[in-house]
Amino acid sequence: MNQNEMKLEFDSRSCNESFVRVAVAAFLTQLNPTLEEVADVKTAVSEAVTNAIIHGYEGRVEKIEISCRILSDVMEVEVSDTGCGIADVKQAMEPLFTTKAECDRAGMGFAFMEAFMDTLEVESAPGRGTRIRMSKRIARRQSQAPGDGRRSEPLRDMEVFAKQPGISNETGNS
Amino acid sequence: MNSVFTITGTVMNIHLPAEVDHHNSERLCEEADRLIRKKHIRCVLFDFSDTAFMDSSGVGMLIVRYKTMRFMGGTVLAVNVGERMNRILTMAGICKIMDIYEDMPLKR
Repeated sequence: MNQNEMKLEFDSRSCNESFVRVAVAAFLTQLNPTLEEVADVKTAVSEAVTNAIIHGYEGRVEKIEISCRILSDVMEVEVSDTGCGIADVKQAMEPLFTTKAECDRAGMGFAFMEAFMDTLEVESAPGRGTRIRMSKRIARRQSQAPGDGRRSEPLRDMEVFAKQPGISNETGNS
Repeated sequence: MNSVFTITGTVMNIHLPAEVDHHNSERLCEEADRLIRKKHIRCVLFDFSDTAFMDSSGVGMLIVRYKTMRFMGGTVLAVNVGERMNRILTMAGICKIMDIYEDMPLKR
């Protein structure tokens, strides 16, 4: 069975966000993913790492660890920090929920991870840190056409945006 | 940073970088907000022509600018939006609140 692993530890500086998602994407290429699958994984990794930087460490520079494992045709990614942790994981995962609205956060980090990956698990303890585990099956090229649109399904309920206070359907330009 | 923001009258074009993430969007937002106030901007165009990657930080950037501009009676458009970016904007529900163009709409 095809199996491979890698692990990275890096400072929780925002300039590392692009480095880490590119590193993960490079590791993923051995599964011969489509461009869309690479973009999906990059987006999910970016969300997880950004969460650790902004929320986990709240701007302090400490260490974030990311490990990737390929098992057959599945890519598993684990992102962990030893920051402040999440008191209510269920609430944190709700689309549009954010504790940092003043920092222009959309509250969509977990929703994007869920939408772009096949599985998502969040383990957290206040004061101890957070570990995010997610996985994605990379389709075999001959059996599945890329971009079949199935992944846009879970985000249906995120269209609640239009119902947010201060936001209306009309865009005001004619 | 100068080529990122192009101001014509009260219209500001923000030429977004190749990757819009938390790292890039923070500085971009600060500068955009400063210019919106200082130059009395009524219309903000987010130009995605060079953008290949965006995460929820970019979504937050768009929504907050949208709210600010709406509050002042202005508008926000997303232009030169490619397939991937369109998917992200659609998933986030942005297409419900602001006009998204695959190209640059004709000047009125």
